[in-house]
Amino acid sequence: MEQDLSAPGILTSQLDQAIGWARKYSIFQYPFVTACCGMEFMSVACSHYDIDRFGAGFPRFSPRQADVLMVVGTISHKIAPVLRRIYDQMAAPKWVVAFGVCTCTGGFYDNYATVQGIDTILPVDLYIPGCPPRPETVLEGLMLLQKKIQAQGRRA
Amino acid sequence: MDLAPILSDIEALCGAPLSARGAGSDTVLTVPPAKARAAVEFLKAKHGFNVLVDLTCVDYQGFGKGTQNVSPAPEGRRFKLVYRLMALDAGTGLIKARLALDSWVDGESVPATIKDLFPAADWLEREVWDMFGVRFADRPDVKRILMYPEFTGHPLRKDYPIKKRQPLIGPADASARERLSPADLRPRIVE
Amino acid sequence: MSQDRRESRSYMLNMGPAHPAMHGVVRLVLKLEGERVLQSEAEIGYLHRAFEKHAENDPWNNVIPWTDRLNYVSPLINNAGYCMAVEKLAKIAVPERAQYLRVASSEISRITDHLTCVGANAMELGSFTAFLYLIQAREELYRCIDALCGARVTTSYTRVGGVKGDMPADWPAMVRAAFEKVRSAVKDADGLLTKNRIFVDRTRGVGILSKETALAYGITGPMLRSTGVPYDVRRAEPYLVYDRLDFEVPVGMAGDNFDRYLVRLAEIDQSMRIVEQCFAQLPAGPIQAPDDAMPGSKMADLGKHGKTAELLDTAAAVDPVLEGGARCGRDSVMADAPASTLPPKEETYGSIEGLMRHFEIIMWGRGITPPAGEAYVAVEGGNGELGFHVVSDGKDRAWRVRVRPPCFFNMAGLHKMLEGGAVADVVATFGSINMIAGELDR
Repeated sequence: MEQDLSAPGILTSQLDQAIGWARKYSIFQYPFVTACCGMEFMSVACSHYDIDRFGAGFPRFSPRQADVLMVVGTISHKIAPVLRRIYDQMAAPKWVVAFGVCTCTGGFYDNYATVQGIDTILPVDLYIPGCPPRPETVLEGLMLLQKKIQAQGRRA
Repeated sequence: MDLAPILSDIEALCGAPLSARGAGSDTVLTVPPAKARAAVEFLKAKHGFNVLVDLTCVDYQGFGKGTQNVSPAPEGRRFKLVYRLMALDAGTGLIKARLALDSWVDGESVPATIKDLFPAADWLEREVWDMFGVRFADRPDVKRILMYPEFTGHPLRKDYPIKKRQPLIGPADASARERLSPADLRPRIVE
Repeated sequence: MSQDRRESRSYMLNMGPAHPAMHGVVRLVLKLEGERVLQSEAEIGYLHRAFEKHAENDPWNNVIPWTDRLNYVSPLINNAGYCMAVEKLAKIAVPERAQYLRVASSEISRITDHLTCVGANAMELGSFTAFLYLIQAREELYRCIDALCGARVTTSYTRVGGVKGDMPADWPAMVRAAFEKVRSAVKDADGLLTKNRIFVDRTRGVGILSKETALAYGITGPMLRSTGVPYDVRRAEPYLVYDRLDFEVPVGMAGDNFDRYLVRLAEIDQSMRIVEQCFAQLPAGPIQAPDDAMPGSKMADLGKHGKTAELLDTAAAVDPVLEGGARCGRDSVMADAPASTLPPKEETYGSIEGLMRHFEIIMWGRGITPPAGEAYVAVEGGNGELGFHVVSDGKDRAWRVRVRPPCFFNMAGLHKMLEGGAVADVVATFGSINMIAGELDR
């Protein structure tokens, strides 16, 4: 116990790392599935691509219990307030994944009915483009998200 | 099924000669809007047209502009309702006949509802009102079905711009914001 | 007095649009008395994406990608349906090989649709294992679809006048191998569900749809067939080459959730039969073309350099899938360019003629221009009669494209199946009607 534990930074940064490590492998996702991307979400979630290998296989259908909001599929103006409300109900720390190009930018649905990217209504942490993204792309995105969660440790 | 007696029956019902187009399962009959409901009722009761396949609308504003030999909508009527009926043999699952009824209405007219004849028409009429603004009579409760109540206008009308957005939350015009580059086709983290 | 008290006990329950047991975005407003559903009203439109508006604003061929996303569980059927409607309008004849490929791909899509529906329905009733088995089988079929058209879900396989390209040479073998896996997965799921006490208790006699109600609401597809009406567009009005194929139309009797499940399982079998017959009957294509045949673009290149002598005895290798359709329809298509179909991708990227032809079809103001008129074509979609009503004013894009979405009618009749039942059965019944929001809201 020679080391001065009260020195600023040392212990807290290690704790942050540990928390980040724990968090990134126990992602509780809330799948907000609306459209075509749901088909690929199913593929990723099921046994063939098996999202569970990355510790994200446990969908929580209550926003209170989830920490990653997966927005899967086109968001129309009609459902946008619902999505926003679900985001608001989630407890921090929380991350948002825009799954599919419709959620990233509106995709080719540039029309009166579709939200032109969910980042106009809530903050997005990870964009996974593709129409729909192939499962491999989703897994790559998920690993990126894990990196981000690890790096952040705690997030207000 | 031979459609000729059916057509002459409907002509008698409408009291005027009707123009029929197409043949066989593509037969389309144009009926005056005031008689559309009676014709549907008649077809259902007398000729076994037991399934309403579809009820939809076409907006003909500006139709045929800039092309030759395309006749615009008759008498300045803007909308065409299409009632698509089918006589289905429930025992064999075969179609005895298909028939479509066209009925030209303008923006102001209120054709009679056929909701009581075919419950399927309930949602279809709501959709026609939502998308085209053609209201059906005897439907005080009609409300939007695909769009939200706050939405104004009828999006499938030709004069509704495809990009005129009416968001409930978020910016009114999202196209001005910074977008992802199309070249960025890999998953991307935002710091 | 007691009556009043009873009524005051009824209350509203809002299910959706984001509800764990409601796959797809739809909202059900239920009026309950205890556990009994007195009244149910569905609110739809949460996935309205303006398909019909887009279809009016883009050239005929460019609408095809949007059709993928109508019923995204069986996109190939939508592709075929839309193209058939345009072809009917423009009087374009589709070569036989393309017709067989459309049928085969549609049926594979139908299998994926039914696998997903049965799997999701089972999962919602607690049988997660069956879901995993069936999605694993679907994965095998997605690989086949991927090999055929380069995408797993959003296929855009058909073109007006044909299909995007021929199948890979080893595709039939690949599909047959996938079918083996599908058969074994369906067998497993069948073993897990059909005699499973929990599954049967929750589905048999639940969500009953009578024949009369189904017809009155315009319900078609597996839901209508589960009530005992053997209406199938493929049988009633055979399109493409369905009249040459031997298949059965499975029907139920009770019209309950269990019958709908059985009908879907039986249709998976029939669809596999159809695909196998397609492979057996598939007319010869470019794969069997003589070795000395030369692609048209190469001939044109040689011709430009004056090397016509060596072309005299050379047969032209015409891709029957694509070129044939263009030639058949040339007279009736009033296009600036003689061809009505897109060239194969190899031609587009490999020769200047191919590239030019591609742009002639794709660019605004060009492409095919069917004569003014209307056409309605119905195909048997995963959920029933999928109709496309196209109206043309003789220009390069549609005046109106109306989709008759089978789901819309199924959902309109949903309350008839829910009312009088228990609130827990809402999940079972809703799962069994296979609501696909993309098709429902368009």
